[in-house]
Amino acid sequence: MSKNTQMSNRQPIHGDADPVRVFLAAGSEQKQKQKGGGGADSGESSQGGEKIAKKGETIKEDMDSLLDEIDSVLEENAEEFVKNYVQRGGE
Amino acid sequence: MQKRIYGIETEYGIIFTPEGRKTLPVEKAIRFLFEKLITTEHFLNVFLENGARFYQDTGCHPEYATPECASPKQLIIYDQAGERILEDLQQYAEEKIREERIPGKLSIFKNNTDFVGNSYGCHENYLVDRDVDFYYLAEQLIPFLVTRQIYTGAGKVFQTQDGVHYCISQRAQHIYQKISGTTTNDRSIINTRDEPHADREKYRRLHVIVGDSNMSEYTNFIKVGTCSVVLQMIEDNYINKDFTLRNPVKAIKDITYDVTCKRKIRLDNGREYSPIEIQMEYCEMAQKYIEQYPVDDEHKQAVGMWQYVLDCLRDDPNKLDRQVDWVIKRKLIESYIDRHGTSWNDPKVFMMDLQYHDIQRKRSLYHLLERNGAVERLFDDADVEIAKTEPPPDTRARMRGEFIKLARENSIQYDLDWSNIRLGNLLNVRVICNNPFETDTEKVAELVRTIQKTNLRKTSLSKLVIQS
Repeated sequence: MSKNTQMSNRQPIHGDADPVRVFLAAGSEQKQKQKGGGGADSGESSQGGEKIAKKGETIKEDMDSLLDEIDSVLEENAEEFVKNYVQRGGE
Repeated sequence: MQKRIYGIETEYGIIFTPEGRKTLPVEKAIRFLFEKLITTEHFLNVFLENGARFYQDTGCHPEYATPECASPKQLIIYDQAGERILEDLQQYAEEKIREERIPGKLSIFKNNTDFVGNSYGCHENYLVDRDVDFYYLAEQLIPFLVTRQIYTGAGKVFQTQDGVHYCISQRAQHIYQKISGTTTNDRSIINTRDEPHADREKYRRLHVIVGDSNMSEYTNFIKVGTCSVVLQMIEDNYINKDFTLRNPVKAIKDITYDVTCKRKIRLDNGREYSPIEIQMEYCEMAQKYIEQYPVDDEHKQAVGMWQYVLDCLRDDPNKLDRQVDWVIKRKLIESYIDRHGTSWNDPKVFMMDLQYHDIQRKRSLYHLLERNGAVERLFDDADVEIAKTEPPPDTRARMRGEFIKLARENSIQYDLDWSNIRLGNLLNVRVICNNPFETDTEKVAELVRTIQKTNLRKTSLSKLVIQS
C-alpha cells in the first residue's frame, strides 16, 4: 500500500493538469484565427485609407528600430566569421 | 494510422571564435557542452529528463533527437525545447572555456549548411504501419516532399560563379538520390533506415532527410502537420492522382532556385506543373479527406494553414513574411540592404543568413524578430520551458523521463537506448519497452523500488530481463 502512496505523490506531474497536455488538448485554433494563420485579414481591408497610411508609417518605424537592433547584434567581423565557418558534413 | 509517433533529429552547426591568440578546436569545444550533463551513461551520448537524446554526431555536430511525440504540435514544442536546452549548455560551456583562459565565443546554429558546400541534417521520423508497402509509400510521398520546400524552406544565401543567389531551401542542393540507405553521402529525399525502435512486426520507420531545420514555429508546424496528413491519406489509399516527377532530384534543385515558386516542373506523364499547383492538388485532396475520415483538430488546423500559405504563395510569397522562414529571412536581408545601400555580395548579408539561426537568443536574428512581435507564434514560451524537463505525457518517453529522474535521485547506475533501460551496477537488469505508446510509469517506479530493496547497487543479481 505504501508503494502506491509513494507513487501517487509523483502523479501530478503527469496528471490531467499537465500543462503541455492541457495546451495540446485545447489546441490553438482560436489563436490561429486571430493571428491570421487561417487567412483572417478581412477586417483590415475595410479600414479607411488614412488609417492604412498611418499603419504603413508605423510599420516603417518598426522596421527602422528593428534594423537598428540588428546593427547592434550583427557580428562585426562578418567576413572573417563567414570565412571560418566551415563545418564537416553531418548526416 | 491515426495514432502516430513523431520525432525530429536536429544536427547543429558549431564554431568557436577565439578573442585572443589561443584557440580551441571544435572537437574540444563540443566536450564542454556535455560537461553539465551528469549521468552514468556514455560521455557525449545521453538521454535527458524530457526523454530526448543529446549526443555528438558524425562531423562533430551536437545533435538533439526529440523524445517520442504523439502529435505534430507536441513535436515542435519538444524540438524548440532542444534549442533552449542547447542554449543553456552553450552559455555554460562558453563560461567554462573562459575559465580555462581561452576567451572567445562559442556559436551554435540551427541551420543545415556552411558556405563551402557542407551540409548537416534535420531528420523527420514518422512511425508507419508495417503493412503499407514502403516503396509505394515513398513514391507517393516524394512529389509532395520535393515541392513542399516552398513553405518549409529555411532560405539560403548562396554564392556561385555568376553571383549571389537566394535559394528557398538549405538542404535541396545536397540531395542526390530519391531513396537511399546512406545519410552522409549520396543523400536522398527518403532514407531507407528502418529502425522503428518498436515492434518490427507492427511498425516501420519513415526517415525523411530532405527537410530544413526551421526557426519559425509556424513553418516547423506546417512542415510536420502537412506531411502527417499526406501520410495518413497514403495509408488510407486515398490519393488517386499521380504526381510522379520525371526527375525529382533535378526538380528539387530547380524549385529551390525559383523564389517565385511558379516555374513549371515536368511530371513523368509529360505534363508540367508549378510546385504551387502540385501542392494545391495535395491540399485539395486533404480538404476532402478531412471531411470524410476521422482526423483530429490539430491536423485539420494544419490543413487550414496549408491552404492559407498556398493562397499567399500564389498571390505573392512576400505575404508570408511572418510565417515562413525563407520569406522572413529574405525580407530582413532586403531591408538591411536597402537601409545600408549595400548589395547581396556584402559579407554582412552572409552573416545575416547565418545569424538568423543562432540558438543564443541574444544573438539570433530570428529571435530578435520574435521579441519584436514580427513573426507568428503558435506556442507559449512556458510550454517550451516545461518541455525542457518534462517528457511528453502520452508516449514511452514518459517512462524513460520518469526513470531518469528516479535513478538520479537514488544514485542508480543506468544506461539507456530508445526501447531499453539497463540498470544496476553491472547494468544487468534490463527493461524492454517495445511499445512506443506505452506510458506505464508505475512499472519503472516499481523497478526502482525493487532495486532499492534488494540493494542491487551493492550486490549484483543474476541477469534479469523484464519484458514490458
